[in-house]
Amino acid sequence: MAVIGATGGDPALPGAANLAPAGGLPPAGGITGARAFRRMTRAVTSNRKATAGAVLLLIFCLVAAFPGVIARDDPEAEIYPRALGPSLHHLLGTTAFGQDLFAQVVWGTRPVLLIALGAGLGTTIIATLIGVSAAYLGGVWDGVLGLIIDVLLVIPAFPLLIIIGSYLHGAGTGVMIAVITLVSWSYTARQLRAQALSLRSRDFLEAARVRGERSLYIIAVEIIPTMTSLLVASFLTNALYAVLFSSSLQFIGLGDPNVTSWGTMLYWAENNEAFQTGQALWIIVPGLCIVALGTAFALLNYAFDEIGNPALRPVRSMRGKRVKRRG
Amino acid sequence: MRFVLRRLGFFVLTLWAALTLNFFLPRLMPGNPALAAIGNHRGALSPDALKVMEAQFGVGHQNIVSSYLHYLGDVATFKFGSSLTTQPGNSVGRIVLDAIPWTLGLVGLTTVLAFVLGTGIGIVGAWRRGGRLDSIMPPIFVIMTVIPYFWIGLILILVFGVKLRWFPYFFSYDITLAPGFNLAFIGNVLEHAILPAFTLLITTIGTWILTMRNTMITTLAEDYVRMARAKGLPGRRIMLDYAARNAILPNLTGFAMSLGFVVGGAILIEEVFNYQGVGYLLLQAVNNTDYPLMQALFLLITVAVLVAILFSDVATAILDPRTRGAT
Repeated sequence: MAVIGATGGDPALPGAANLAPAGGLPPAGGITGARAFRRMTRAVTSNRKATAGAVLLLIFCLVAAFPGVIARDDPEAEIYPRALGPSLHHLLGTTAFGQDLFAQVVWGTRPVLLIALGAGLGTTIIATLIGVSAAYLGGVWDGVLGLIIDVLLVIPAFPLLIIIGSYLHGAGTGVMIAVITLVSWSYTARQLRAQALSLRSRDFLEAARVRGERSLYIIAVEIIPTMTSLLVASFLTNALYAVLFSSSLQFIGLGDPNVTSWGTMLYWAENNEAFQTGQALWIIVPGLCIVALGTAFALLNYAFDEIGNPALRPVRSMRGKRVKRRG
Repeated sequence: MRFVLRRLGFFVLTLWAALTLNFFLPRLMPGNPALAAIGNHRGALSPDALKVMEAQFGVGHQNIVSSYLHYLGDVATFKFGSSLTTQPGNSVGRIVLDAIPWTLGLVGLTTVLAFVLGTGIGIVGAWRRGGRLDSIMPPIFVIMTVIPYFWIGLILILVFGVKLRWFPYFFSYDITLAPGFNLAFIGNVLEHAILPAFTLLITTIGTWILTMRNTMITTLAEDYVRMARAKGLPGRRIMLDYAARNAILPNLTGFAMSLGFVVGGAILIEEVFNYQGVGYLLLQAVNNTDYPLMQALFLLITVAVLVAILFSDVATAILDPRTRGAT
């Protein structure tokens, strides 16, 4: 568990290429990496949805990286008059504890983003390892790993997260990443396994085998690069789910109550009956932030889906024809 | 027949996995918190219940293998022990049975409604591809999938409950009323169900719309649809009898599956509206560290999902002959 948590934000991992369209990080290296990176940049800039998603995500990354520049107040300090309305000093007002709401929202970005990127990366890596090995190794291995994937797939994820969370008493960022990763890798693993199975008898793999390459080399260099679009989709989907899962867990009080995060803000707001006491912003703003971050991931994902599956692209050019036919 | 047997085998295996997870989770956690909780409430428990829970959570220093077998036997005979804190001393089975009808009524009916409405909108959207409905749907869907359920509930409470005062938003009926089969009480229950049901509806309907739309678009490109057009059949007939009839299959299996998620699918919505169903009970158990109740609810939620998946597999095999040979 700890290992996954620790590797969460490490850009040197192979899966980091997935971050490239969003964060503008350099590709993981190699010719295929560079080509994939160029292809992705082109895809992002040519698709309106993707551009919007990438810009939104970039903004959140900047806020998470430099929260102190944007909000000078200490998000934890309970030093202001309580339950103030919005003003120039407190852009969004203060909480029932006398904390600055704007500072809380800004500083709360970092844990959410860390969880999203960490769990997105973690799930994709575990799913790739297990899904692709199952397909490549075949036989008994495939049977056992496939069964584990299927069993985990049907056990309801959110209730399981609640149960684990209740035993942990306040999950911090690292634990949150680990738990969400462990519970949600199976769906992607199944997709990747199916994809890898369809590749198994292709000639280029046969060629690699005849050349006498090791299994690890074949999996890492020959199989995985063909699945780039699936991996990107997996990363984005899992990051989105991690945002929703972690916020939900924090909202019901299973997060670490001392970490300022959008979900915990909602928890405290709900506990202090923010609506009834006229502090609606305390609930509205963190929620909107969750929605905006989720939208960034969803837009990127939607755009990549359109790029990969031409049938789903908008049909502007066909419209003229259809009108003619109807008329 | 072989297919059904294989699915049944998978059902039993997954059930066993869920039970084993339930058994080992508290033991894996640092300090076995369940043990402490039971120790604190020892006095309030009947000897029978205590025995059940000793096996489940490892009170005393029994052999783990014999505890495990004992636990499996207890579950098979529906012995789940008694509640520690939520309703101290009451049998867990009794408490759960009281909560089930509320969840089935609220979440079950809303799920059916969402399926019917969503599928209908999806059919029309795909048929009039590029039209007004079709062009506003996908962006709305993107937004809807990224909003946390509970937050939509909170916002609806703010607008329609606190500000406009149109609907009640606390509990499933007015506590001052005596429950009974009279118009006043039933009307009151319905009134209390409006906001949570609406929340659930708008959060779940998007999936139905989008799945239906996308399958329908693929189906509309099939030769037999073109043939129907060439024959000059009326548009309505092509839309419903030729395209929708074939495209609805994924939605139907999805529907069978979603019925399984009725029991545990609206945990946070029940929590936000203090609606006393299974999900609300689960979170109460979590907040009160009432581990026996919590574990039984998790099991119930898992079993509901497993049964639904079994049904949907069998239904697919009956409805779509192509799948029989596959898995």
